[in-house]
Amino acid sequence: MRSNLFVILFALFALQGCATQPLRGTGDLGVVVERDSGKLQIVDTTARTILGEISGLGDLSHATVVFSRDQRYAYVFGRDGGLTKVDILRRRIVKRVLQSGNSIGGAISQDGRLIAAANYTPGGVKFFRSDTLAQVADIPAIGADGKRSKVVGLVSAPGDRFVFSLYNAGEIWTADMKAPAHPVIHKFTGVGKEPYDGIITPDGRYYLAGLFGEDGMALLDLWHLPNGVKRILNGYGKGSRRLPVYKMPHLEGWGFYKHYAFVPAVGHHEVLVIDTDTWRQAGVIPTYGQPVFVVGQPYSRHIWVDFAFPDNGAIQVIDAPTRRVIRTLKPGKGVLFLEFTPRGENVWVSARDSNKLVVYDTATFRRVTELPSHKPSGIFFTPRAYKLGW
Amino acid sequence: MPPKKITTGLMVLMLSATLPLAHGAPAQIITSPPPARRAVLIDMVREDCGSCHGSRLTGGLGPALTPQALKGKNPISLKDTILFGRPNTPMPPWNPFMSNAEAAWIVNRLMKGFPHAQ
Ligand code: HEC
Repeated sequence: MRSNLFVILFALFALQGCATQPLRGTGDLGVVVERDSGKLQIVDTTARTILGEISGLGDLSHATVVFSRDQRYAYVFGRDGGLTKVDILRRRIVKRVLQSGNSIGGAISQDGRLIAAANYTPGGVKFFRSDTLAQVADIPAIGADGKRSKVVGLVSAPGDRFVFSLYNAGEIWTADMKAPAHPVIHKFTGVGKEPYDGIITPDGRYYLAGLFGEDGMALLDLWHLPNGVKRILNGYGKGSRRLPVYKMPHLEGWGFYKHYAFVPAVGHHEVLVIDTDTWRQAGVIPTYGQPVFVVGQPYSRHIWVDFAFPDNGAIQVIDAPTRRVIRTLKPGKGVLFLEFTPRGENVWVSARDSNKLVVYDTATFRRVTELPSHKPSGIFFTPRAYKLGW
Repeated sequence: MPPKKITTGLMVLMLSATLPLAHGAPAQIITSPPPARRAVLIDMVREDCGSCHGSRLTGGLGPALTPQALKGKNPISLKDTILFGRPNTPMPPWNPFMSNAEAAWIVNRLMKGFPHAQ
């Protein structure tokens, strides 16, 4: 009996290959992009350890990751146009396709069946089945000017829709992908100069694109598409000179408090406060540098900010109700990214030039631990699977 | 293509007769920065320039900075682009963070294939 069991177990382990592990869930796992080596680290946010690595993912500069709805698979969008499906449990690549020459990111549909990749070259969005990565649709981003445009700010939206912006053409498009072979596209032209990123509000209603070429943002109400795109925060930088921007800000996981949204001001050492009832500027918070990510800590009054070169050695914590910076932390050199554990008790920070991840206790602002990582950039935890937008 | 007459290990590489003259621009001397500074610049290009140009410099929001992409371009104007940026585009000026000679060295190395971090 005993030896039989042993044989069965042995066979099971052999079947699983070398990455043999006890049964476990994936809800407290995540991936960290080591962009120079084309690797992903698999991390455990409960034990706060690195479980292993996956290599062979190509050029991971500016790589982003989305998750399957069962939180087992990570889809990695690489700069080189590589789209890789990774099995987080077995720690291996399931499938990899080179879908374009140059990619900027992607999203997964509301129902989890489609992966969308936003491309710079050739400019457009391609769609793939999430199970096989077989391509099902291709939307070339040819603007009203007749030219192909780089695509930025791709998000998933309710109703198996996707929304994205055309950087060169200054347009916002929505694509209804309920029938992937027949995408229904709405185009909004002349939304502003050089949209650089986009985001969807947590209620799934508004798409907001940040503009690089002018001070302001473009707002699309997905509940009332015929109303078109509205310009908001026009000339928010008035009075203070816009500084050179050494790293493009991101609109992602933005900070919310009551009906206020907190977003980076382009070219200013400021976080902007927007009243989302009126979509007018409601305040401005001076910061240590030019914000890149402005992210709300879950179940908290705090909003965390990291900064562009050359001020990328610090992060700051803003108290949303009082709109004041309450902490300045120095995790290391070249801070690129912050990711909260889903209930917000920890935040993981990547310090690229210090080759480490720093984990903070958000209640005390103390370092809980540091983990070695080679030039880490993005950190993505699996609970993202349940959030629309990514 | 400029002839390959670089002797590694030399602090001063006399490329003056090759790249710039091909464009009728004044000759310039390319000075390789000391090793420690060189490492900083290599990191800066791969990481900080890389955030817009890709860490493999194959392009992103900004254009590719590979030898093929830069072939035939005027190194002096590329150097000026790095130092002073390009107005009304996202390309920012880097002169607060590097000298004229360092920018010239970066252009020189970009045009030949940029080194990797050690
Ligand atoms: C914030 C984004 C950004 C960063 C960071 C950035 N660049 Fe650029 N760069 C651009 C853009 C966009 C252009 C194209 C400008 C245009 O439209 O003419 C450009 C153009 C250039 C060009 C001219 C290329 C050509 O073919 O004419 C060079 C050279 C260059 N960048 C080098 C650098 C170097 C070196 C660094 C780092 C020290 C750097 N860039 C950092 C965005 C950036």
